[in-house]
Amino acid sequence: MIALVVNGKARQLDVAPDTPLLWALRDTLQLTGTKYGCGQALCGACTVHVDGVPTRSCVTTVSAVAGRKITTVEAIDAGKVGRAVQDAWRKLDVVQCGYCQSGQIMSAVALLTTNRKPSDADIDNAMAGNLCRCATYQRIRAAIQEAARNLAGSKA
Amino acid sequence: MSAPAIENLSRRGFLKGMGGLTLGFCIAVPLGPAALAKIGVSQAPTFGFNAFLRIGSDDTVTVISKHLEMGQGTYTGLATILAEELDADWKTVKVEGAPADASRYNNLFWGPAQGTGGSTAIANSWGQLRAAGATARAMLVAAAAKRWQVPGAEITMRDGVVSHAASKRRARFGELAEAAAQEKLLIDVALKKPSEFRLVGRHAPRKDSADKVNGKALFTQDVQLPGMLVAVVAHPPRFGAVLRGVDATAAKRVKGVVEVVQIPSGVAVLANDTWAAKKGRDALKLDWDESKAFKLGSDEILAKYRELAKKPGLVAHNAGDADAAFAKAARVLRAEFDFPYLAHAAMEPMNCVVQRTAKGCEVWNGEQLHTGDQHALAAVFGLKVEQVKINMLYAGGSFGRRANVKSDYVVEAANIVKAINGRAPVKLVWLREDDMRGGYYRPMFHHALEAAIDAEGRLAGWRHRLVGQSILKGSPFEGMVKNGIDAVSVEGAANLPYAIPNLRVDLHTPEDIAVPVLWWRSVGSSHTAYSTEVFLDQVARAMGRDPVALRLELLSKHPRHAAVLRLAAEKAGWDKPLASGKAGTRRGRGVAVHESFQSYVAQVAEVTLAADGALKVDRVVCAVDCGIAVNPDNVRAQVEGAVGFALSAVLYGEIALKDGVVTAGNFDGYPILRINEMPKVEVHILPSPADPTGIGEPGVPPLAPAVANAVGAATGKYPGRLPFRVEDLKA
Repeated sequence: MIALVVNGKARQLDVAPDTPLLWALRDTLQLTGTKYGCGQALCGACTVHVDGVPTRSCVTTVSAVAGRKITTVEAIDAGKVGRAVQDAWRKLDVVQCGYCQSGQIMSAVALLTTNRKPSDADIDNAMAGNLCRCATYQRIRAAIQEAARNLAGSKA
Repeated sequence: MSAPAIENLSRRGFLKGMGGLTLGFCIAVPLGPAALAKIGVSQAPTFGFNAFLRIGSDDTVTVISKHLEMGQGTYTGLATILAEELDADWKTVKVEGAPADASRYNNLFWGPAQGTGGSTAIANSWGQLRAAGATARAMLVAAAAKRWQVPGAEITMRDGVVSHAASKRRARFGELAEAAAQEKLLIDVALKKPSEFRLVGRHAPRKDSADKVNGKALFTQDVQLPGMLVAVVAHPPRFGAVLRGVDATAAKRVKGVVEVVQIPSGVAVLANDTWAAKKGRDALKLDWDESKAFKLGSDEILAKYRELAKKPGLVAHNAGDADAAFAKAARVLRAEFDFPYLAHAAMEPMNCVVQRTAKGCEVWNGEQLHTGDQHALAAVFGLKVEQVKINMLYAGGSFGRRANVKSDYVVEAANIVKAINGRAPVKLVWLREDDMRGGYYRPMFHHALEAAIDAEGRLAGWRHRLVGQSILKGSPFEGMVKNGIDAVSVEGAANLPYAIPNLRVDLHTPEDIAVPVLWWRSVGSSHTAYSTEVFLDQVARAMGRDPVALRLELLSKHPRHAAVLRLAAEKAGWDKPLASGKAGTRRGRGVAVHESFQSYVAQVAEVTLAADGALKVDRVVCAVDCGIAVNPDNVRAQVEGAVGFALSAVLYGEIALKDGVVTAGNFDGYPILRINEMPKVEVHILPSPADPTGIGEPGVPPLAPAVANAVGAATGKYPGRLPFRVEDLKA
């Protein structure tokens, strides 16, 4: 049994220790918002937060994150930054096929959590590991800036 | 309101759709209440008006989409059309995927087949869904008139509310739905004039945004059924290899592996979860007979194609006397272009869920070719076509891959279920490497072009020879192969819009190459736009002409091409010099225009080249004419995305073979564009009164030639092969 805290809930998983967190989340915990895209940390579709840090769950074994706090897209609206990012994504209709967008959103939330006023270069650095075959990149960039503006406004 | 204007083809299709009309309760329950809630399906009573519309007592307007939502925004666009004529409140509109049923949901441009492709979804549905909305509106009016005892002509509708001003009565759709659904179907109803549109041409937010930002959107990959097994398959290492033997001992020892079965396309490992199935697959000891496998590499295929190009092919188009024009030419220009195989590489690798049921079989899939897949599945199980129930889910991209003429991965999933005698539902999961190496690529092509300039300096002759595999031969669409010419091999080349008096296009279709090929977003135009538009720029340069001015002169009979070209040039500031870059860099601006799927797109690209050949595409200005833009923001989104998609093929895209083995397996070997490489994209939509045409694909073709022409403007050299090689770009 491996113990994790997923989206605020303590979970006990009866899976092989080498199981990637991705498959434990998807197949065992039925949290299918986190996506499989490459299995090698090349595309970012599987991005989750481990203790707040954006992490590729497809190459992270469950044993490596035992006892840690995992946040997935299903619970990202629990935080102010998560809500601001989702609002901006909806407002600008960023998504196309949508398959990579959970990972995009997790990376964007991590960026805005540590950097409330990212430059275009900051956005490129933080988001370059998240592939989008529909190439929604222009709107991803605009939505991150929109979320940053709204977060700045809500603080004032 | 105008007189009835339901266009004939659409009207016939719509009336045919009425044959399957069901009234009253009709909620399909594919996944159980929990899953329904997950995908946002209302549980309130709903009332069917026609094959495309239900209205719930809670005012929910459910539009049934016969087309796949794979990112192109079709759920939103189709719902916009119906909601417009219905005068629905956009906020209460929901979209649901139609079942596979060609009798009601055929693509009106494809005859009796249901499916999504060729940028036809909006175009073929325009008349049909306007009629579906307008007739339902008339039924609501009739029901209100009866209930209130007032003349129907005095009833007005807006945003889901039915009103009678004189008696101050109002009712929401939900209050009238049950009675209205019993009303007689009226056919001769008026459609709106474009000036009356309140949704079409305005901003109607995407219907799938909310569920795609919180992880709730249901893709095939996300389907979980009770007792379901996950299958991962070992495929042959080369196309055409067959299994000689397998030792599954180690695979069966992996915890979670349930069964190992041999199927026609390989060996499937079934397990309780995906990770166990993958580990089991990787533990198989496989012995392949490769004696009849395809063993050529890309270089050898290209050498064959170049050799073929020395001889005349089958003539695809002939005007005037090209050979005479070349015989008299004052100057002849030549160029050759090479295009690689390309993988679609959708973010969601191919997958499919299949279950045997008492009635036949049930399938969950990002379903793009309903009718073809139904037939293929029926054949595997020995069922009737109507016993194959398909649930169409969101597809995590496709770009053509899920519209497979051989139903490859769908049949594979069915064969696994058959191999276990239907004991459990099976989710077939292709890992990225399976998807990348699974074939069905955009075909490799070689093009050779020649232009004849006469003594007066006019472009008098054009000869264009293409060499590449046919997509349509041997497919259910083989009817589009005429006199040996596959129409999609030469589209964009055989119908060159330029006024060149003597023009010949011919084609070689090699049939000894066993690499499976398929349409890839924009199909033939993905290579013909490049060869024709880049070569025309080379001709313009040789003639000392401005590329825009020469094109406009040659497009005198093609006003829609000319209009988007003018608009793109104007918005890009073509008449002003391009700002120079940092010291040591070269900048260039290039243009291309191309029609595909009856939509017209021109693009102007601005690039910066570093001395070492590093290429940055800074800005792309696009002008689009796709008829009436049903949802302008989605038109912009599709063209923005098309630029990024096409730029991947310019910078990186290549599926290379070595001794018949596909070398790339993942995104390290087949890179796609990243956010830091995305240019600034501007999209300008040309206002048009024409019926809408597609926009999923037409933004792709002009990008690569516009970028190449920008490189040509900067360096004087035009890349003759895709993807660009750094040695072709160095100072």
